[in-house]
Amino acid sequence: MPTIAPVDVDGFVVRAGYLKDSAFFATGEGEVLFFAEGTKSIRPHKSGLLAAEPSRDHACLVTSGDDGCIFACRADGTHELLAERPRKWIDLIATGPSGAIAFASGRTAWVRDSDGTEREFNHERAVGGLAFAPKGNRLAVSRYDGATLWWAGRDSDPVTLSWKGAHLGISFSPDGKYLVTAMQENALHGWRLSDTQDMRMSGYPAKVKSFSWSHGGKYLATSGANAAILWPYHGKNGPMGQAPLQLGARDDAQVTAVACHPMEEVVAIGYQDGTILISRFADNAAVLLRGPGEGPVSTIDWNDHGDRLVFGTEAAEAGIVSLKD
Amino acid sequence: MSATQDVQAQIPVTVLTGYLGAGKTTLLNRILTENHGQRYAVIVNEFGEVGIDNDLLVESDEEIFEMNNGCICCTVRGDLIRTVQNLMKRKGAFDAIIVETTGVADPAPVAQTFFMDDDVRASSKLDAVVAVVDARHVLQRLEDTEEAEDQVAFADVVLINKTDLVSAEELANVEARIRAINPYAVLHHSERCSIDIAKVLDRGAFDLDRILSLDPHFLQHGHHEHECGPDCDHDHDHDHHHHHHHDHGHHHHHHHDDAPHSVKSISLTAGELNPDMFFPWINQVTQVQGPNILRMKGILAFKDDPQRYVIQGVHMIVEGDHQRDWKEDEARDSRLVFIGRDLNWDVLKESFQACAAQ
Repeated sequence: MPTIAPVDVDGFVVRAGYLKDSAFFATGEGEVLFFAEGTKSIRPHKSGLLAAEPSRDHACLVTSGDDGCIFACRADGTHELLAERPRKWIDLIATGPSGAIAFASGRTAWVRDSDGTEREFNHERAVGGLAFAPKGNRLAVSRYDGATLWWAGRDSDPVTLSWKGAHLGISFSPDGKYLVTAMQENALHGWRLSDTQDMRMSGYPAKVKSFSWSHGGKYLATSGANAAILWPYHGKNGPMGQAPLQLGARDDAQVTAVACHPMEEVVAIGYQDGTILISRFADNAAVLLRGPGEGPVSTIDWNDHGDRLVFGTEAAEAGIVSLKD
Repeated sequence: MSATQDVQAQIPVTVLTGYLGAGKTTLLNRILTENHGQRYAVIVNEFGEVGIDNDLLVESDEEIFEMNNGCICCTVRGDLIRTVQNLMKRKGAFDAIIVETTGVADPAPVAQTFFMDDDVRASSKLDAVVAVVDARHVLQRLEDTEEAEDQVAFADVVLINKTDLVSAEELANVEARIRAINPYAVLHHSERCSIDIAKVLDRGAFDLDRILSLDPHFLQHGHHEHECGPDCDHDHDHDHHHHHHHDHGHHHHHHHDDAPHSVKSISLTAGELNPDMFFPWINQVTQVQGPNILRMKGILAFKDDPQRYVIQGVHMIVEGDHQRDWKEDEARDSRLVFIGRDLNWDVLKESFQACAAQ
């Protein structure tokens, strides 16, 4: 039977996840909590925290806030200032290869290498999202009317991908062949990078704010509908002309957060009313992990072994779910 | 709206408009320093020379998003969507939001953001658009720029500031001119933005339930069949020739009372309406003429419907709902007002009246 260990947090959970064996919870009020053998609570930012993302090697959690600071927070409770942009609200972070991080405010994105070198990337319109390619030091920036692909480590002309409208969240497929954005309209847009073929994935009643690639990149799971919508990416043409899987469909609440299991074809689904369940791709068999709570599920993630998951809600609720007996 | 959204309190948002130097920042600082126990999150377009003393202060660069829905006037402020979402990560840290726009900002995308973005709409609600104007310079600004006219036309509250710097006659001219553009806004006078802030905040101007109580002029104008600004009764037949008066070659020697201006208001009245006629009509009017409609409000009586229906709109966005039962001593009349630019008033009037119940 799954068991839930509730975790006391002080506000809106911006991001929950794992640094190796340590569960972490980062809240909008500025608290960063680590749970391993013991508990560590730190407040690196002067006031609120806006974004948090684990480094690729899972050695630290990179956080940004409305104080313009970016910190590397470690599970032992130590933290270190990585960069600062006074008076800017830094609300986007991506973590890349060899300790590189990208962050953005307004129309500007920056990449900071692990040695502290910084490079600035300017755009004509606001940056909506940041993602590093799975291989190589490539940064994708979503923006108004499309996306821009930069080489993060050098000055060179970018590749631009155009599609009318405001592009927000952005993600590469794990094999690096596709780039997908969530739009201000209730739709996803994608490009096959080999030939910049456009892909439009629509039909959502709400904005897509959470996406997660399944093990091996076969499916892209998304929030924004009354079920988790999983677009197939294993055919030659990606999702084009194919119907998505719809898992965990409900009449009365929309899906707000999704996280695919690290090894199995299973997805964890969080809903607007706080419910969480896991569902199997093959037969839509579901196991309820948590009933309704006080607010929408804002974040879910699995540990590397896939036997625990962490969650947080907009209403200052959080927990660690153990799937082991 | 889902149940979840209903139970979450929506944070009220006040938008301050007004051109540079009118006194927006002074008003903002008055609001922030007054001892009212409220905590505000303040969104400014640029950190100005005058400091703003507030814990939660964020700078936001104007980002206009066009919506791919076919409506050419459906624009929202992407930067506000993002900022409001970021603020909601600290929901307990403030009670209300104040947005200070730049002097040249178009108020429509700001207002539309609070109706068109589902996330913003779920977490916050537009309380009122407050325009601050400088009594000494507003007439000139209204001649020079369409933005100044839009700000007045769009406002729920107009604060005529710096009244100590003009004569009583000049002030009367200013008031008349503002009324000509927007007879439905509440006007206040101030020196150095000294005003009871309750007159500026918590107005519920977009709240369908409060549409009437806020509009003293709404009822008074009701018995007129067709009312425009005081200086427009002579030019109905060449409405389509309107051009903006900041074109080259315009000279500034007009008397203000006679100055041509393109924004006007109209009040339409009818008895009971046939809803099957009215709804297709209002949809058609706002679809076709939406770009020219700045604000729209109404109270409607539908035949065989015991409840009053209230409606309000911004450009192509229209929302309406049943409000309450008609009282026994109330006349079941329908009244609809538009503030807009280059609208064909006669056609609007006729087509509205054609929606009357048989």
